[in-house]
Amino acid sequence: MDNLLLMMAPLFSSKLLLVLFFGTLFGLILGVLPGLGPTTGGALILPFTMTLDPLSAIVLLTSIYCAGTYGGAITAVLINTPGTPAAAATCLDGYPLAQKGEAGRALGMATVSSTVGGIFSVIILVFFAPILAQLAYEFGQPEYFALAIFGLTMLASIGEGSPIKNLIAGAFGILISTVGKDFMTSIDRFTFGINELTEGIGFIPVVVGLFAMSEMLTQSTLINQVFNRIALKAIKLPSKDDYKKTWKTILRSSGIGSFIGVLPAEGGTVASLIGYSEAKRFSKKPEEFGKGSIEGIAGAEAANNAATGGAMVPTLALGIPGSATTAVILTGLIIHGVRPGPDLFREQPDFLYGIFGAMLIANILFFIFGFFGAKIFARITLVPNKILWPMIFAVSVCGTYSLNQSIIDVWIMLFFGVLGFFMRRYGFSVVPVIIGLILGELVEGTLRQSLVIFDGNWLMFFTRPIALTFFILSLIALAFPLIRSKKINKKL
Amino acid sequence: MKNVQKSKRANKSLPFFFKDEFKVSFVIIFVSIILLITTFTFDVVPPILNRGIQPATFPKALLTLIIVMTLLIYYLATKNPWKVQKKLPKSFILTLSSFVIFLIISKTLDFFLAISALSIFVSYCWGEKRIFYLLLVGIIFPVIVFIFFETILGLRFPPGIITNIYYS
Repeated sequence: MDNLLLMMAPLFSSKLLLVLFFGTLFGLILGVLPGLGPTTGGALILPFTMTLDPLSAIVLLTSIYCAGTYGGAITAVLINTPGTPAAAATCLDGYPLAQKGEAGRALGMATVSSTVGGIFSVIILVFFAPILAQLAYEFGQPEYFALAIFGLTMLASIGEGSPIKNLIAGAFGILISTVGKDFMTSIDRFTFGINELTEGIGFIPVVVGLFAMSEMLTQSTLINQVFNRIALKAIKLPSKDDYKKTWKTILRSSGIGSFIGVLPAEGGTVASLIGYSEAKRFSKKPEEFGKGSIEGIAGAEAANNAATGGAMVPTLALGIPGSATTAVILTGLIIHGVRPGPDLFREQPDFLYGIFGAMLIANILFFIFGFFGAKIFARITLVPNKILWPMIFAVSVCGTYSLNQSIIDVWIMLFFGVLGFFMRRYGFSVVPVIIGLILGELVEGTLRQSLVIFDGNWLMFFTRPIALTFFILSLIALAFPLIRSKKINKKL
Repeated sequence: MKNVQKSKRANKSLPFFFKDEFKVSFVIIFVSIILLITTFTFDVVPPILNRGIQPATFPKALLTLIIVMTLLIYYLATKNPWKVQKKLPKSFILTLSSFVIFLIISKTLDFFLAISALSIFVSYCWGEKRIFYLLLVGIIFPVIVFIFFETILGLRFPPGIITNIYYS
């Protein structure tokens, strides 16, 4: 009961309500604009959060996360281009349905299923995050090391693209985290005599570079692309018949999304694809999928929004991000001096339940904004790239510079922009780099401390049951793509 | 599907050093080897201060892992070639060049001027010819961003010919 009251705290604070309002609005705009999204937007807004107290800052970031994930659906339905990667599966049925003159119905279903998925995942978050945090009390350094390894292998295994390329990208992310003074011995590593590098490479320049700047370069290759935009008259709430058809799909996808979100992987993108394919598998009319099936939209949208709450579970309980955007939120927590983990649940329940409550309200807010403002948000897609991207460049450069007031950070951002472009061009996902960078210190620190505990004996890792379980799970995660590809080959 | 197969066939006919999989693997391995060599220049901690492993050991292990996995993707690519990527358009080259121009101007002349120049250049190269919109992205918007960052975050931008005038 006390926790429920704590969750409602944002409702009684005008400042938090204002932050939620702007966060949701900003998140929706970011989600609608193809190429941007909650991860880039969160990274860009991070410097501004320094002017806020920790709770308001994290509420702002989480509301951007929730609304941005939903916003991608508007673009997916109306111009057949996912506003965010998590909305890719929504295009498959959203756009064909819009082509049939039912854009309002498609967006109505996307809005309802996103809201249900989001609220479902917040309930999961409220119940499971404290349990996971309680379990984490049993974790020592070796267990945290094994858990971080499990997180990275899961990311490689179920993330987008080739698992080996994902592993390379993850290892590269960890390697970036080793730049600067070694945190245990203060010895310089990969600084090449540059003073600014002794503090290490910051998270923000890397994220903004890999997401925003690489996207700018990608957009430069697409300037002649023409989008066929479908006009939206009004968004329609689903009919009784639509609810009858989809309620099981929405609930199933909400469960799938929450579960995938909890795994340290790519969150919404993977969740929506699995949610969509499961909706098709269970459908009475699978032949309609890809031609404008309302179940397809419900399956994908409920799953991607359900992943938001799910991804917050390991982020808050263990300090291990469940997605790229939660990595940004984790950075926000660290910048504001909040250390995620079991102690946070014991010492600052008001802070945590404030976040949970804010996520719940954000899901309701984007429903209202989406329902009444989808037509306006759809118009944002009309802003031409030749105007939009130079503006994003200006904000990216100033935002990156502002954190440390360092021009080197801006150069790093541009370097990672170019690198990110070529990584994506050759099939390397940039998400593992971000997760690797944020987990790098944890991986190295826990490994070294474990070896001190074990007196240098590596084999002692396997004498710890929890660590051993995570190592076995990591092996299964690595073997999973091999088994999956063999099964597909057999079917063919 | 047919296009993918076609591009894969086209990739098979190229000499190995022109193939994307070779070029990408070569670059990754080359950079990794250079970084691996660099790790041998890291200071060694005396045993009394050393906790667990030497500071160079962890990066060495990571770089070795990256090299091994890159060899593995190259080996797999010989069996299943990557699809040939389209040639990069002129607009990409111009945008990439604008990053270099930005670096030069921000280092030598002015940070604000660099943002302004890049914004106008990119917008123009991407097809915007209307003066008002070029001024909007190149001057009006950067000025708003500058003032916003300065007042909200109390940020002080690096000195330069325009920034100095503003601060004085």
